[in-house]
Amino acid sequence: MHPLKPISRAARLFLGAAFFAAFIAAWALATYGGYVPPLFLASPGKTLVAGWSLFTEFGFAGDIAITLFRVVGGFLIAAVIAVPLGLAMGAFKPVEAFFEPFVSFARYLPASAFIPLLILWAGVDEKQKLSVIVIGSVFQLIIMVSVIASATRRDLVEAAYTLGSRPAGIVRRVIVPAAAPQVMETLRLVLGWAWTYVIVAELIGAQSGIGHMIMDSQRLLDTGQMIFGIAVIGVIGLVTDMLFKAMNRALFPWAAL
Amino acid sequence: MSRQTLHIHGVTRSFPAQGKGAPTLALRPTDLTVAPGEFVAILGPSGCGKSTLLRIVAGLDTPSGGTLALDATPIRGPGAERGMVFQSYTLFPWLTVAENIAYGLRERGLPRAEQRAIVARFIARTGLAGFEDHWPKQLSGGMQQRCALARALANDPEILLLDEPFGALDHQTRELMQELLLEIWQADRKTVLFVTHDIDEAIFLASRVLVMSARPGGIKSEVVVPLPYPREWTVKTTVEFAALKARLMGDIREEVRKSIG
Ligand SMILES: Nc1ncnc2c1ncn2[C@@H]1O[C@H](COP(=O)(O)OP(=O)(O)OP(=O)(O)O)[C@@H](O)[C@H]1O
Ligand SMILES: [Mg+2]
Repeated sequence: MHPLKPISRAARLFLGAAFFAAFIAAWALATYGGYVPPLFLASPGKTLVAGWSLFTEFGFAGDIAITLFRVVGGFLIAAVIAVPLGLAMGAFKPVEAFFEPFVSFARYLPASAFIPLLILWAGVDEKQKLSVIVIGSVFQLIIMVSVIASATRRDLVEAAYTLGSRPAGIVRRVIVPAAAPQVMETLRLVLGWAWTYVIVAELIGAQSGIGHMIMDSQRLLDTGQMIFGIAVIGVIGLVTDMLFKAMNRALFPWAAL
Repeated sequence: MSRQTLHIHGVTRSFPAQGKGAPTLALRPTDLTVAPGEFVAILGPSGCGKSTLLRIVAGLDTPSGGTLALDATPIRGPGAERGMVFQSYTLFPWLTVAENIAYGLRERGLPRAEQRAIVARFIARTGLAGFEDHWPKQLSGGMQQRCALARALANDPEILLLDEPFGALDHQTRELMQELLLEIWQADRKTVLFVTHDIDEAIFLASRVLVMSARPGGIKSEVVVPLPYPREWTVKTTVEFAALKARLMGDIREEVRKSIG
């Protein structure tokens, strides 16, 4: 092994899969070996069986769909607000001076603490679920996008000026393209957070969704269902992450060089 | 062909103090007139304000005093009529070679077909054929600077500002780049303001060489290079070249010694 030396695609896939295999093996050993009582941790086999019954008997596909809708909806609302505002703050210092102090304050407000208040304001319907996700991610996203845009290389901005760009051209043709790959990386990160917030929102006052199913399973002491629900979130997260990465590679071939 | 005269009149620049120190006077009041089609090289020790002067002409920095004008039009900010090539690599990494060269043309809203024709011409002139669709990171340093030169020239500026454009290149590449630049200049006769550390480079290219004094910088002396154009690299081996070099070396050594203290 040499520092920073890249590895082949095959080796990368193999190593990534190997850890999953090791993880499942350790889980199987702990449960089938009787080291952990079944009440606390279901075995891999039990978990799969519980998962099967979730889909066939409890309409779990509908829960997944509604949770996905909430995550993607909340994430998109946050992105549509945060990306333009963050870029404007990064590009124009008066805009930054106006919003930055408030946004920095607001991003420390824990989204989960808003849930009781949001239930009062918006009830327990979709508006409340989306609000939790938006509050949880929009402020962080604004700050991160603004930092990325602020870090645009000055020499590139100057070069653009000497080529005849006006301020609007600098934003559109230098700051935005320079920031785009990192902004997309940040969105990928924030989508992960959105999953955390949606589950928190669904644990309280929800009638549907993966989080609601997990709460129900706790009442029935069905650790198999709970673990299956959590694993499903992980799998969806992994898939969206891979899609995001593939999209970034396709959109910004120059950034990967 | 350039048509306008650059007038620099009493331009100074001082940078505000850092902490308790005194403000840095980077440029003493400087006067300079550059006629259309001149190739002026600026030599001077490190830190004497060469880049500062060039950035002020480009409109990227504001003088603390004095006035600048291109013919009768005062210089108040950057503009496409003053193209620049920087010492550092400043190609836009998200644009291909061809798109980089077309940047200024697109900003001006030229029709696509015209853009393509101009880009093709400058790709050929700077020897970048075959690399149109490469990303800047896939190019060598010399190729990146040729592309930056093509990008500036494609915009057809009135005056070309070059701040040690070959400073980061190895010796052989540098000599080839000098010949390329000279060839282009001999054909176009654009006004050039060229900052360099390299005395040979200055004499080989320029019609006039200015030596700047150690900080606070100012123009200390001026040498007209009587070598006729078109010049070939063999001119570097002539007696006249050696005599000019000896004279400029004397001037610069004195300033470098001062700048070291
Ligand atoms: N932004 C700045 N703030 C404060 N001081 C500066 C700034 N830019 C330049 N200076 C000072 O002005 C002086 C001239 O700098 P300049 O970059 O013009 O030198 P130079 O002749 O181009 O040097 P070099 O040959 O090393 O590139 C230096 O002493 C530098 O410390
Ligand atoms: Mg310099």
